[in-house]
Amino acid sequence: MNKIFEKGGKLYWLHSSVDAFETFLHVPGTVTKKGSHVRDAIDLKRLLILVVIAAAPAALFGMWNVGYQHGLAMGQTGVHILEYFWFGFLKVLPLYIVSYAVGLAIEFASSQIRGEEVSEGYLVSGFFIPLIVPVDIPLWMLAVAVAFAVIFGKEVFGGTGMNIWNPALLTRAFLFFSYPNYMSGSDCWIAFRKGETAVADAFTGATPLALDGPAQYGTGFWDLFIGTVPGSVGETSVVAILLGAALLLWTGIASWKIMAGSIAGALLVGWIGNVAGITDIPFYMQLLYGGFAFGTIFMATDPVTSCQTECGKWIYGILIGMLCITVRLFNPGYAEGMMLAILLMNTFAPLIDHCVTGTHISRRLKKLNAA
Amino acid sequence: MSDIIVLRQGLDIPVSGTPGLLVSKSMTPQTIAVEPSVRGLLPRLLVKEGDRVLCGSPVIADKKNPDILLTAPASGTVQEIVRGEKRKLLAVLIKTDDKQEYASFDTSDVKKALLASGLWTLIVQRPYGIMADPAVTPKGIFISSFSTAPLAADSAFTLGQEIASLQKGVDALASIAPVHLSLDGSKPDSPFSRLSGCTLHRFKGKHPAGNVGVQISHISPVLKGECVWTLSLQALAAIGRLFATGRLNLRRKIAVGGPAAIEPSYIEALPGTPMKELTAFWGGGTEGVRIISGDILTGKSVGTCGYLGRDDDQVTIIREGYDKELLGWINPLRFNQFSADRSYFSWLLPGHKWDMDTNLHGGPRPFLMNENYYKKVLPMDIYPVFLAKACLAGDIEKMEKFGIYEVLPEDLALCEFVDPSKNYIQDMIARGIDLMLKEMA
Repeated sequence: MNKIFEKGGKLYWLHSSVDAFETFLHVPGTVTKKGSHVRDAIDLKRLLILVVIAAAPAALFGMWNVGYQHGLAMGQTGVHILEYFWFGFLKVLPLYIVSYAVGLAIEFASSQIRGEEVSEGYLVSGFFIPLIVPVDIPLWMLAVAVAFAVIFGKEVFGGTGMNIWNPALLTRAFLFFSYPNYMSGSDCWIAFRKGETAVADAFTGATPLALDGPAQYGTGFWDLFIGTVPGSVGETSVVAILLGAALLLWTGIASWKIMAGSIAGALLVGWIGNVAGITDIPFYMQLLYGGFAFGTIFMATDPVTSCQTECGKWIYGILIGMLCITVRLFNPGYAEGMMLAILLMNTFAPLIDHCVTGTHISRRLKKLNAA
Repeated sequence: MSDIIVLRQGLDIPVSGTPGLLVSKSMTPQTIAVEPSVRGLLPRLLVKEGDRVLCGSPVIADKKNPDILLTAPASGTVQEIVRGEKRKLLAVLIKTDDKQEYASFDTSDVKKALLASGLWTLIVQRPYGIMADPAVTPKGIFISSFSTAPLAADSAFTLGQEIASLQKGVDALASIAPVHLSLDGSKPDSPFSRLSGCTLHRFKGKHPAGNVGVQISHISPVLKGECVWTLSLQALAAIGRLFATGRLNLRRKIAVGGPAAIEPSYIEALPGTPMKELTAFWGGGTEGVRIISGDILTGKSVGTCGYLGRDDDQVTIIREGYDKELLGWINPLRFNQFSADRSYFSWLLPGHKWDMDTNLHGGPRPFLMNENYYKKVLPMDIYPVFLAKACLAGDIEKMEKFGIYEVLPEDLALCEFVDPSKNYIQDMIARGIDLMLKEMA
């Protein structure tokens, strides 16, 4: 790094930013100072870029789906797949620009204030945010929500690795509670050009979850599995999300225990709902609706905000699945339970860990004293 | 014979430069250093420049307990007293004689003989990894007969012929406390299985299965208020020689290896040997190489002007990793780098040895990954990240709960190696232990 960016130099106030760009370009030539003389080639940049790659199929599919849903609403037929994609790409690109510009600006500024290197945590959060919001969300709202989530969800706690809640979900929660008109109902999930309204007869733009029972049931299994339904940009395609899950599980970045626990919990409550006659949605369909798949694979497994202990991960995962379906079944006000379930369990994750480590410690002491 | 304890967690770092099993050079260095590098020892100098010392003569004593001595590993004349900032004693340099003369020791009382010969300072007391206190009786003395550390000396090669000395050492120590010796479970014909008078344990697994701390946690974990002693196999052999001959003899085979080592092999020398005498192994340049007394995970970087550590039988030579690598983190292949993580492809090349350097491969970040990421390489019943964070926070109660009594920094060295957040975990633990020592004193 140039001398003027070092401590005491004229441009020291820029050193975190310069360092960020420098380390983005190449692995720095810093050597170990103490402790282990050699280090594994892995770093957070590598881990987090893999998460982005894992989410890429869902993002690409989501862009196509934005165009496809628009086509359906406008009654278009025979449009080329790339035209759909291009329409969606142009719709989603501004979301990405706003998400990264606002989030990274805050991240750079606060790293500078703390005098630390810029952490790459926002690479992932910034990639997720456009995928979990309605495509037609006004950009200024997104900017406000991102600023709120990054500042109050992350930087006040000390930045990446210290946060309690998942910043991407916090962005969505902020939008959800501040601008409910843009975040629920049947109009917000389809992208329109200025002045356009849906023309196709009998077309409904609502996500299946926002509909009443029978209509919801009418959405086919394969439509939901492949993802050709309205919804937030990246959440609709279960198959694209599963591709990402495979990568996350293979590299071990995300915990299979959380995923399995969440699915088991959702199936359990969904089944109880069936048996008790609360809902006629078959319990397995709950896994395909709304943001459940995206939340389970990408949001619940965030290593910072989930439980640290292996036993805790089971509890945390199962409770997320159960809470999600409970909210769906018993709270007509909120059609989607995944976001709230994960944020609530983020809050309780440290408590779960505290209990798990507490039991571990007392069990260990007992074992040691007996020995 | 005891059952084999199989440790599933761990990692053998595939670094190149394994020393060949031959002694390429046997030497008595022209100068030799006595460094007061014992944790817990406050040095008081007993010699001045120009004094004659025999092999085994006291050079430095502990201020608090004058019975504890550091002795000369070879006979000669005190050449220089090296001092650092605030006149801190760094080393006593001795110009060695051509023909060695030995001090003789009375070996009727084990503790007295160990103290007088200076071998006492090779005993490490746990918890905290400090110099052993002669006033206490430990609940056991633990010795690991093998090392799983990267490029470590093969103990069957270095000491396999010295079973008689080792047996003498075991017999002497057994008069103080029960001796536990761990054997390499993957080698059924270990020469050390012939030792008697001690409890034998067999361990099998990747590094750190050979670490005595890990072994203790599986044999008899250290509880609050208890203490155990550990020592290296080389120290045990030296104790055995003392009780067999009445003389101090620290000569040992030393493994010199590492990716930057030229013709890695063994040498026969003494602790305190200057690295200058080993220049042939790295070609003499002083820039761009790191000379480590010990292994690449826990050893001490001593530089080209340093000395072999008091209890080490390994020197590792690696390149300094000053090179910047363009877009290295995103390069999907990067076959020239080793990673235990699946997000690189080094798992495709089992058995390949990597030319590793000292590059950090990233920048320091807060802990991001979960316990399990680190527990994969730690075969102990503790939570490494919770323990490290308790140490960072200086929370003594939590440190106790998360098992600070059972670990030394070296046990978590692999956690530090695999950490994608590039934390100095060993340093965190060491600071935690310092705090415990201060608060408990």
